[in-house]
Amino acid sequence: MGLDDSPGASTSYNDEVINGVVEALRLAVTNLPPDVESALRKALEAEENPAARAQLEAILRNVEIARRTGRPICQDTGLIHYYVEAGVESPILPSLRGILLEATRRATKTIPLRPNTVDPIRHVNPGDNTGRGVPIIHWELVEGDRVRIHVVPKGGGSEAVSVLKLPPPGRGLEALPGIVVDAVLDAGAKPCPPTIVGVGIGGGADTALYIAKKAASLRKLGSKNPDPFLAGLEEELVNAINSLGIGVMGLGGKTTVLGVHIDYAYRHPANYPVGIVFQCWATRRALVEISPGGSIRITQ
Amino acid sequence: MATYHLRTPLSEEDVRRLRVGDIVYVTGIIVTARDSAHRRLLEIVESGGKPPIELRGGVIYHCGPVVEKTPTGWRVIAAGPTTSARMEIYEAEVIEKLGVRMIIGKGGMGEKTTRACREYGAVYTIFTGGAGALAANAIKEVVGVEWLDLGIPEALWIFRVEEFGPLLVAIDSYGRNIISENMARAREKRDQVVGRLVEIIKSKHNLRELGK
Ligand code: SF4
Repeated sequence: MGLDDSPGASTSYNDEVINGVVEALRLAVTNLPPDVESALRKALEAEENPAARAQLEAILRNVEIARRTGRPICQDTGLIHYYVEAGVESPILPSLRGILLEATRRATKTIPLRPNTVDPIRHVNPGDNTGRGVPIIHWELVEGDRVRIHVVPKGGGSEAVSVLKLPPPGRGLEALPGIVVDAVLDAGAKPCPPTIVGVGIGGGADTALYIAKKAASLRKLGSKNPDPFLAGLEEELVNAINSLGIGVMGLGGKTTVLGVHIDYAYRHPANYPVGIVFQCWATRRALVEISPGGSIRITQ
Repeated sequence: MATYHLRTPLSEEDVRRLRVGDIVYVTGIIVTARDSAHRRLLEIVESGGKPPIELRGGVIYHCGPVVEKTPTGWRVIAAGPTTSARMEIYEAEVIEKLGVRMIIGKGGMGEKTTRACREYGAVYTIFTGGAGALAANAIKEVVGVEWLDLGIPEALWIFRVEEFGPLLVAIDSYGRNIISENMARAREKRDQVVGRLVEIIKSKHNLRELGK
């Protein structure tokens, strides 16, 4: 066994993965995903309200500047979320948690990201976007030897208007429209509309919010819900919400939401959890795929 | 919807000209302040002290920037607005006691701020939420920073800006507040919109329709 097989060598392999995750974070915070940008352009084309038009134009100019200069789209680079689909046979699995922590620290320094993690009890900010429970890592074990990591830096303004409701199960799905519309009205201009509204139905209370956030932040705009009933309901909700006229930044006009994304899980007979999570227009996401040989692919 | 180009410090006359819906570009000095900085500003005034920077005729920006330390000072990387609603409990007093003429933020502010704007001659404007790179482009220099003990996002950053905007006047000095007026109109439609959606869900026929 030569020196190359020493832990040092495996560290350098990890280093490539760490850098891959850093680059994915960089892409996420500096480059708006194409599906979101094209939805914003469509909103601008359709808009007649001059104030809303001016805001959409500023948003698109901002997106362009961020892409060109490598600056973050929005100064709130969020809490870092990782959604990991971890192939059980992937050789990097044992070190993946450490890789994600180190990538978070490096990205904070080099991109840079705003140091956003604060101890809720002692009010201390470690300055590197880590701490107890953060970055937020959701693990899902899958077959095979590949690892896919969705990186989602999610801002605080859209998170602040999240809603969890547990209506009487007897009302069932009929309670949903009121909950969703009220959440949008209460959020008002706070989550920087236009937004994507994630709706999670069922599961435990935590499941409802978890799937709502995934639906809001990970699912691409323009993708159709595989369940035809829900696909129709999503469309009705989009039209209904946009008819309220809240508009871009609360200034009125045609577009308040770019999409409503619904997901569900089976529930307990006594509970009907409904979770609502907003994703602001500044949707930050990217995907890192790591093959067993160590090759890395980053997409949006 | 008129467009104005203003220089700091702002006079009462400057802001009394502005009406909701107008667009403003500001050149001069703007000072960031979030929750903790607002609280500290008011504590200082109460104890008879002076804030670290003169805010009479000044502009307060609700913002927690991304900054980078350079050998000679600081560089602003991204600096869009933060949600103003959190500062509602402080802002009326800040306008009254410190003589601030313009607040920049996002998401809108409430009745107390609207009243203070009318009474003391101030405006609340919004910068496009999330447009952190666009804002940073107009920030030419970090003139100073105070209260770094509050953390980077919460500190008082003093920026020299050129043509900072577009800022949209959301609360003018005549009692108009376009975001809350617009939200009130939206709320009026709530029952009708929800009722229609419930009907769609209730109707078996439409359930099948939706399933197509
Ligand atoms: S809600 Fe989103 S776009 Fe608005 S400031 Fe927060 S992170 Fe940025």
